[in-house]
Amino acid sequence: MATAVKPAETGKRVEVSIKKAIGPGDDKVHTWPHLVRAEFLCCVIIMILMIVWSLGVDAPLEEPANPARTPNPSKAPWYFLGLQEMLVFFDPWHAGVVLPSFIIVGLMVIPYIDINPKGNGYYCFEDRKWEILTFYFGFHILWVSLIVIGTLLRGPGWNWFWPWEKWDPHLVEALTNINLPYLFGIRDYFWSAIFGLVVSVLFVVVGMVGMYAWVVWLKGKEFMERWGMTRFLITSFLFVNMMAVLVKMLLRHLLNIKYVMETPWINI
Amino acid sequence: MSWWEDVKQQITESPVWKSIFRHGYDDTPRNRILMVSGNVWLHLHPSKVRRHATRMRFTWCMGGITFLMFLITVVTGVYLMFYYRPVTQYAYADMKYLEFDMPFGVVMRNMHRWAAHGMVIAVWLHMFRVFLTGSYKPPREFNWVVGVLLLVLTLLLSFTGYLLPWDQLAIWAVTVGSNMGRATPVLGHEGPFKEILGVNPIYDARAFLFGGGEVGPATLMRFYILHCIFIPLVTSLFLAVHFWRIRRDGFSGPAL
Repeated sequence: MATAVKPAETGKRVEVSIKKAIGPGDDKVHTWPHLVRAEFLCCVIIMILMIVWSLGVDAPLEEPANPARTPNPSKAPWYFLGLQEMLVFFDPWHAGVVLPSFIIVGLMVIPYIDINPKGNGYYCFEDRKWEILTFYFGFHILWVSLIVIGTLLRGPGWNWFWPWEKWDPHLVEALTNINLPYLFGIRDYFWSAIFGLVVSVLFVVVGMVGMYAWVVWLKGKEFMERWGMTRFLITSFLFVNMMAVLVKMLLRHLLNIKYVMETPWINI
Repeated sequence: MSWWEDVKQQITESPVWKSIFRHGYDDTPRNRILMVSGNVWLHLHPSKVRRHATRMRFTWCMGGITFLMFLITVVTGVYLMFYYRPVTQYAYADMKYLEFDMPFGVVMRNMHRWAAHGMVIAVWLHMFRVFLTGSYKPPREFNWVVGVLLLVLTLLLSFTGYLLPWDQLAIWAVTVGSNMGRATPVLGHEGPFKEILGVNPIYDARAFLFGGGEVGPATLMRFYILHCIFIPLVTSLFLAVHFWRIRRDGFSGPAL
């Protein structure tokens, strides 16, 4: 009799513990050994890779520093070459100061402007399409691809050289760049500056208003109210500025536009 | 009981041993928790974690690898500091000295350099992963901000170290990389609105960083101290906050 009851009791107990295991707060495992083991193995593998790599490949060391001999091209460390590549499209104060500040501030505000509660703690494209696409655009298209261009495709005089082309330090590329107002037939400095200013301001304003309409169309008025004007203004300002980088790149590469706005103080 | 067991027991039950090691390796639930909570390094972790947080395909282990790269650069960096003098007359010669005379000098330098590059790549991939899993969402918003600061500090650490070999690559990369300083609006002598403060080549934002109008002896000393002391200290402080926040908020994961 006793042996007949026992399996039933055990079965009941097992059922209860399974329920508990899939219930809230109970998918936890002991850090030791489950997490520590993974970390230790990862650490060992990376250390072996680092040691083999360091034994095989020497860190670069060129001739002693000589302030009187500027190498051509002079390149910043590779992780800043995206910004250096930006110098093709923008003046240094914009490419080197304003844009990096926007990148850092833009990254920092991400958690505060993204109010989508979905996609917290798991991989999912469907739940947060626009967030992921924007991040992909900024990180992969703008940041990483510009670093690749700056590192591999820029030679003497910051001219474009394909990997199979020889770096020719005497290559002269005709500077046929013009400013945007010139393209529209404006020759006067004052009116060129006014025209450029209007275009620049309009770009930002139209971009932000357009984004407002687009978000309302896509997500509805209710979403916009929940999102709030502060979040929208910060997001759209940063987004329009990011897009401006792409637009300026296209203007430069396709139409040889140097500046949209040129004044004695700042050029954009 | 063999003599070996006897000796082992005498050692592990001595007051000295017991004062150092509080528990053995027995695989019991209690001991598994003690392993983590009783160890100053391991207790960066909670004693229990959610199952998916132990999976490499969720975390890519990139935060851990970034930290490992940081530790490698600290250890190899201390070794390099024994032989390196941040003086323009000696700095380059010391690189050669490291390479040809010091035991393991060249391996240590290689590892320091590659780990520094690896840290930059790993920290980007870590950020990318954290973005993809939405792990910055409440309650972890602030830890993302700390992470962005750590990303900037990683770049600054690498950038300041770039100058120290004092070769052509070093001074020109740093010259180009800090040109933004002289182009800063108002504060840089080539930036817009430079007239307001009357900045000039030896008195502007870049000169403040360089200790002069161009990369020179003062710059080498400044970058050395920034690279070896100031930025590592600041980074360590933010790392502590970063880890502590993960510990308090727990790993992100799908709702149960």
